[in-house]
Amino acid sequence: MIEVIFIGLLLGGSYALIAMGLQLQYGVARIMNLANGEILVAGSFGAFWLYTGSRLSPILSIFLVMPLAFVFNWLIYRYLLRPLVRRAKSHGQLEVDSILATFGITFIMVGLMLAIFGGEYFNYSYLAVPFNILGKPYALNRIMAFLMSALLGIALYVWIYRTRSGMTLRAVSVSSQASELVGINVPLVLALAFSLGGAVTAAGGALLSMFLTFDASIGVVFTMKALIIVIMGGVGDIRGAIIAAFILGLAETAVASWVDPGLTLAAAYLLFILVLLFRPQGLFGRQSS
Amino acid sequence: MSNRISKKIMVLLAFAAVFFMAGSALAGDVIKIGASAAKTGPLAGGTAVTHWPNIKLWVHQVNARGGLQLKNEKAKIELVEYDDRTTPGEAIKNVLRMATQDKVDFIIPPYGTGLILATAPIFAKYGYPNIAVTAITDKIPELTKRYSSMFFTLGDTTAFAGSVAEILSKMRDDGKIGNRVAMVNVADAFGIELANAGRPIFKKAGFEIVYDKSYPLGTQDLAPVVKGAKASNPDAFVAWSYPPDTFGLAEQAKIEGLNVKAYYSAVATAFPGFAGKFGKSAEGVLGAGGINPDTPEMQAYIKIHKEVTGKAPDSWASPVTYASLQILEQAIEGVGSKDRKAIIAYLKDNSFDTVIGPVKFKNQNNEKFWTVGQWQGGKFYGVSSTGRPGAKPVKIKTGW
Repeated sequence: MIEVIFIGLLLGGSYALIAMGLQLQYGVARIMNLANGEILVAGSFGAFWLYTGSRLSPILSIFLVMPLAFVFNWLIYRYLLRPLVRRAKSHGQLEVDSILATFGITFIMVGLMLAIFGGEYFNYSYLAVPFNILGKPYALNRIMAFLMSALLGIALYVWIYRTRSGMTLRAVSVSSQASELVGINVPLVLALAFSLGGAVTAAGGALLSMFLTFDASIGVVFTMKALIIVIMGGVGDIRGAIIAAFILGLAETAVASWVDPGLTLAAAYLLFILVLLFRPQGLFGRQSS
Repeated sequence: MSNRISKKIMVLLAFAAVFFMAGSALAGDVIKIGASAAKTGPLAGGTAVTHWPNIKLWVHQVNARGGLQLKNEKAKIELVEYDDRTTPGEAIKNVLRMATQDKVDFIIPPYGTGLILATAPIFAKYGYPNIAVTAITDKIPELTKRYSSMFFTLGDTTAFAGSVAEILSKMRDDGKIGNRVAMVNVADAFGIELANAGRPIFKKAGFEIVYDKSYPLGTQDLAPVVKGAKASNPDAFVAWSYPPDTFGLAEQAKIEGLNVKAYYSAVATAFPGFAGKFGKSAEGVLGAGGINPDTPEMQAYIKIHKEVTGKAPDSWASPVTYASLQILEQAIEGVGSKDRKAIIAYLKDNSFDTVIGPVKFKNQNNEKFWTVGQWQGGKFYGVSSTGRPGAKPVKIKTGW
């Protein structure tokens, strides 16, 4: 029982890493970023390259990966997505446009990573040693990823809910028009939210690369997972994504341990459907007006 | 004004004509070969190790010695490549395009059982020889009967499952292991077929299957699976697995301390990346495939593969992929022309010298192939085959 909870929490930590970035991008900047998974894989490649090339710990590598991803996502937003934001007459139109545009970006990014790193599987061994908690072994690299995930989640939470700049972010996510009226620089906040989301996603990729095998075109797997978590958690609330990630992690592990590992995906989608049926706005989402 | 433009057009046309004539004059010295396989999508990680490097190597080698020797001239290879994005629809479209638009002389079939079977009808319809490698199925007799231009090289499902059972039986009869087997499989065509083939074979051999579960394709969080297997207290662990989970299972088994004396995982155990990731822990791990790395042909192949492509081949389907191209090469040169019908007949009637040893198709199937290999001293040695010489004795796995 305790073992299952621990494994579930570790898995939930990974899922939170996958989903927090998209939550910022979709919840605040209103960009349904289908290239989210590719940014994550780019982060994995960054960590892989730094670790195999110069023995830099993947945990430390996020201090390099995050700023780079931030700049890169800023550029994507500024030059590719901003024109769509300006043109869009409604949230709905922006969503459709951003889905199409970021879908195109996935192909470009997969192609770039393929050209730079090649198509084979990448992995390495880092902290792949057992760490005993209550007499049972767990992978140390997963524990580290969990702790970093918790750290990132708490930092984001404190920033968004306890600081003034975080409040502007929440204000924009509630209503960009009203925010503009009270003097918030909305375009700047949107760009910030998108870029920060990208940076968090890339950091997630760097941490996950410690124990996942990845390749240039695996990004879509992460995008799908992130989408489910974000929608389950409720668009626009970072707490929702984190809690949904842990619910999913615990549920999948419980099903895998007590029922059948073949049914983990079925369990995840069942939860997803239940949330959509009974709480369509997501666990923490606002009722749409 | 219009006069000047028409003059310009005339000049351009003249240039174009010269180029076209030059082109057609050269065309006689070229053999156009098409290749469509995954460069993106779920199988891309496998093709990047096993498939594309061998095509690159082979084309490089043939062109470096002046091309393929036809009756009257030497013909260099011109390669056309397509990405099928690991989707059958795309693969079919690509092969169709190569046959009808690019009008290539020969087509190298895709990578992966599903894609090879999906494109087989197109090969047959347009009369292209189809020397398949990475297609493991028990339907070989039916398929070769239906498609007279299709050849299989890597083996069938029952042989792969049977060999694992044989190895475990021998270890048990020697008193090295008990008869408790934990078996897991990836819930995909390959894993399901092997698990279904393996279940009765293990039972018939007197083994008790104490854990028997599947997990969805792409699962990398395998802690519950490995914990479950360990809790069943097995003597041997068998995983009909695919690349990402092959790595995930081994990592988790190491962390859990799943110290079985026989540990087997299927696809990608033979990848150089497996030993790269696990180092000394890989020692004693059994996996699908195997080679005899000590033959001079194989050593030369591994060396040139590294030189030309910059990376090591895997120790299973890589050399067989290369052998399939050697077979095509020898058949083209044996016939001495691009006559596909004659080449298909030649493939059926002749024996070929390849890096995996001599290959002679029997009912369009290569019946001599490696089934199980084991990491021993940093090399992946074949320990069981259906008629390839040089199998090493199996060692007991001693911890991770």
